[in-house]
Amino acid sequence: MASRAQWVGGLLFLIAAAAAPALPEWVASLVTIAFANALVVLGLVVLWRAGLVSFGQALYYCIGAYTVALIARWTGFTDAIALVLLGGIGAGLVAALVGFLLARYREIFFAMLSLALSMILYGVLVKTESLGSTDGFSVATPTFLGYAPHGHALGLSLYWLTLAVDAIAAVLVASYFRSVTGALAAPIRDNEIRVEFLGVSVTRVIHAKLVIAGVLGGLGGALAALSIGHVDPNMSYWTTSGSFVFVTILAGSASVAAAFIGSLAFEAVRSIAVDVMPSLWQMTLGSALLLTILFLPEGLGSLMGRLRGRAGAKP
Amino acid sequence: MLLTLSAILTDGLVYAAYLFIVAIGLTLIFGVMKILNVTHGSFYAFGAYGAATAVGIYANSDLPAALGFLFMIALAMAIGLVMGLVLERGILRLVYGRDEVVVVLVTYAVFLILEDVIVLIWGPRSYAAYQPMVAAGNTELGELVLSNYDIVLVAIAAALAGIAYWALKFTRYGRLLTTVIFDRETAAAFGINVTLVYTVTFVIGAMLGALGGAVMAPKMSITLGIGVEVIVLAFAVVAIGGMGSIEGALIGALVVGICRAAAVHLIPQLELFVIYGVMALVLVVRPYGLFVRAQPRKI
Amino acid sequence: MSTGGSPILAVRDLEKTFGLLVAARDITVSVPAEQTVGVIGANGAGKTTFINMVTGHLTPTKGTILFEDKDITGKPSREITQLGISRSFQVAQIFPTLSVFDNMCIAAAIARRKGGMLGGVTTPVHSEAAIAEAQATIDLFQIGRYRDTLANTLPQGVRKLLDIGMAVVGWPRLLLLDEPTSGISIEEKFDLMQVVMSALKTRKITILFVEHDMEIVMRFADRVLAFYDGTVIADGTPHQTLDDPRVQELISGVRLKPGAGHA
Repeated sequence: MASRAQWVGGLLFLIAAAAAPALPEWVASLVTIAFANALVVLGLVVLWRAGLVSFGQALYYCIGAYTVALIARWTGFTDAIALVLLGGIGAGLVAALVGFLLARYREIFFAMLSLALSMILYGVLVKTESLGSTDGFSVATPTFLGYAPHGHALGLSLYWLTLAVDAIAAVLVASYFRSVTGALAAPIRDNEIRVEFLGVSVTRVIHAKLVIAGVLGGLGGALAALSIGHVDPNMSYWTTSGSFVFVTILAGSASVAAAFIGSLAFEAVRSIAVDVMPSLWQMTLGSALLLTILFLPEGLGSLMGRLRGRAGAKP
Repeated sequence: MLLTLSAILTDGLVYAAYLFIVAIGLTLIFGVMKILNVTHGSFYAFGAYGAATAVGIYANSDLPAALGFLFMIALAMAIGLVMGLVLERGILRLVYGRDEVVVVLVTYAVFLILEDVIVLIWGPRSYAAYQPMVAAGNTELGELVLSNYDIVLVAIAAALAGIAYWALKFTRYGRLLTTVIFDRETAAAFGINVTLVYTVTFVIGAMLGALGGAVMAPKMSITLGIGVEVIVLAFAVVAIGGMGSIEGALIGALVVGICRAAAVHLIPQLELFVIYGVMALVLVVRPYGLFVRAQPRKI
Repeated sequence: MSTGGSPILAVRDLEKTFGLLVAARDITVSVPAEQTVGVIGANGAGKTTFINMVTGHLTPTKGTILFEDKDITGKPSREITQLGISRSFQVAQIFPTLSVFDNMCIAAAIARRKGGMLGGVTTPVHSEAAIAEAQATIDLFQIGRYRDTLANTLPQGVRKLLDIGMAVVGWPRLLLLDEPTSGISIEEKFDLMQVVMSALKTRKITILFVEHDMEIVMRFADRVLAFYDGTVIADGTPHQTLDDPRVQELISGVRLKPGAGHA
């Protein structure tokens, strides 16, 4: 049973999909990147609801991206759908492994450990000559189940693929939030001990959330790699993680849709700011973040709820 | 072999001095205020750029190089003082009491803003301030050539460590600080003006951060992005040593410094990996750092 | 009080030592189903150690614990909760940013999920059954008027009722209450216990409650266990235990005759 927000969300997706051919290429490209990044943000939302802020999601983003790039480079296999799935799976596996450790940490320590892990990957990639060290390397042109588009058609195909992955992810995550384990977010954040006493292994629940966030991060990175056409170690740098966290705060955790809207808004503002005032775009973003934290702690998503008369919306 | 070993030791020591100077302000602020201050990178950057300006002004006069060095430091610390004061009273105090992570995000936002303020003030070009280092000359130790400036750095780091230790243990203010580090609420209940302590601590931390940038300025190309790199290095040192512990920052700096020097000389590919690998390892084994005891959960 | 059948809880020769410290020893107690047992004793006498061993948070160094004839000695607390033993807390442990209803609902949904993690992902949290259970338990503890109130704004008595309610929404058969009236003003203690006890009796739950207020113990317990120095020094009806001279000397003080002093 879908709520009103979901109907609206579904409609917007369809509109976005249908409008694609009419959009100028730079807009379509912007939307594609924004929606790829939105997946990473969605993963952060899953974690933030449980009270965890990861400063290292760039790790999974980078793994997803490099998985795609390396498979294409080493095997010549270029099917986009398969590559993206492999990117997600690869990142998910790492998250599952790392999760055994990470699931036991909270707050600042969780943030720092996740940061450290992403920086380890950065350090390794930067010093690996065969992978192009700081320059990275380019990603082969993707194909789609045999279809090999170029130019505008390629851009459209990637656009639609990203939108499709997003839509599926949105539906799955929304239904996860409605399940018991998914709902065990605010309770864990509020009072972990009580949750344990109710018979739940909090570590296992958090481990699962870490894997979900990892998979989403990997999918996002894979899609981004295909769209940008290039991967480099910067994808694992802490500032990349920082910008994902940024969007998460901006968007808020009130709904699944917030991740997509927030990501889109962020890309739009960043592009415009870089264009209009190239030396002040960081200041603009920083001010936006500051103002949001100070006056809209629940993020922009909560603004919607407040306009409707109640604080916060359910997915 | 011996040469490599001595090179590792001296390089490690110098790098450790750099890390300690940079990290001490961060660990102080975290220990007292429980804030992981991302803006620390900005203090560092401002200190470096300020030093470049100072050296620029100074180079045109005829006064001795040593005075130039002092001028550089004084300017940087003045910058740190003003920045620290403005930020703490203006922005930070608005978010005290909120979740730790929220405060970190505020400092991150301020950092982003300040990155562009640097461009506004100094423009996008890079600067150099190598004069003090060149003026200091070199010393030869057998086959090793050491820059005197590096020796000065190590001396400064040692002096800072000594002063910090003495101040915390033997001055009234230092003991107040230690009390607040231990338990803010109880300190306030004893009548300690915690607000004042916070402001003073943050300002000192800012000044130390700027000092770090200033003393390092002669050794690097002062350009955009130096703050970005330093933050995560400082975090690593502080996480290893224990947040809020001066001894910890010292040991953390030494550990990272020596490990990195070893990597650079022996297996260069591992240089960056080593730093964050050690950080991750320490966080796993002793999350509170090597020198801080775990805190019991308050109901 | 049921007379037939084996006891719901049978503890034998239970002991817990921490290094050289003997926190509890020689505890042998048999509790028939639906009995209400009061547990008294000074702090440090071993009451909480005993409760923690029954709920699985401490592993006994010696002895056995049988619940409904199943050996649960040393089993992890998660399993024990799922088997039907629940507890409430001296300081109410609730979810402060959620409403009373959401608190109860999540507890109900957790209790209803089948099969661990996978079950958790496939069971909806706001299922009709969970909602119904939550509402029923809210009504049972008479806190319906606070249904949509945020838990961190609740008055202390209601917090306690919520805490106990959450422990009960999954229909446990044995409930351990850790100082249910602690933090409640003297005027309200009695009424609170009244609500709690009638609610629990409606669900035929066997109750073990730790209390320091002897009058509450007198009024609501079928049986009283007195702990001292890690072991049980008296076990009988409230009158028997509280009239026991050792208990009076070490724990409760001399009991006033009815009519003297306030009720």
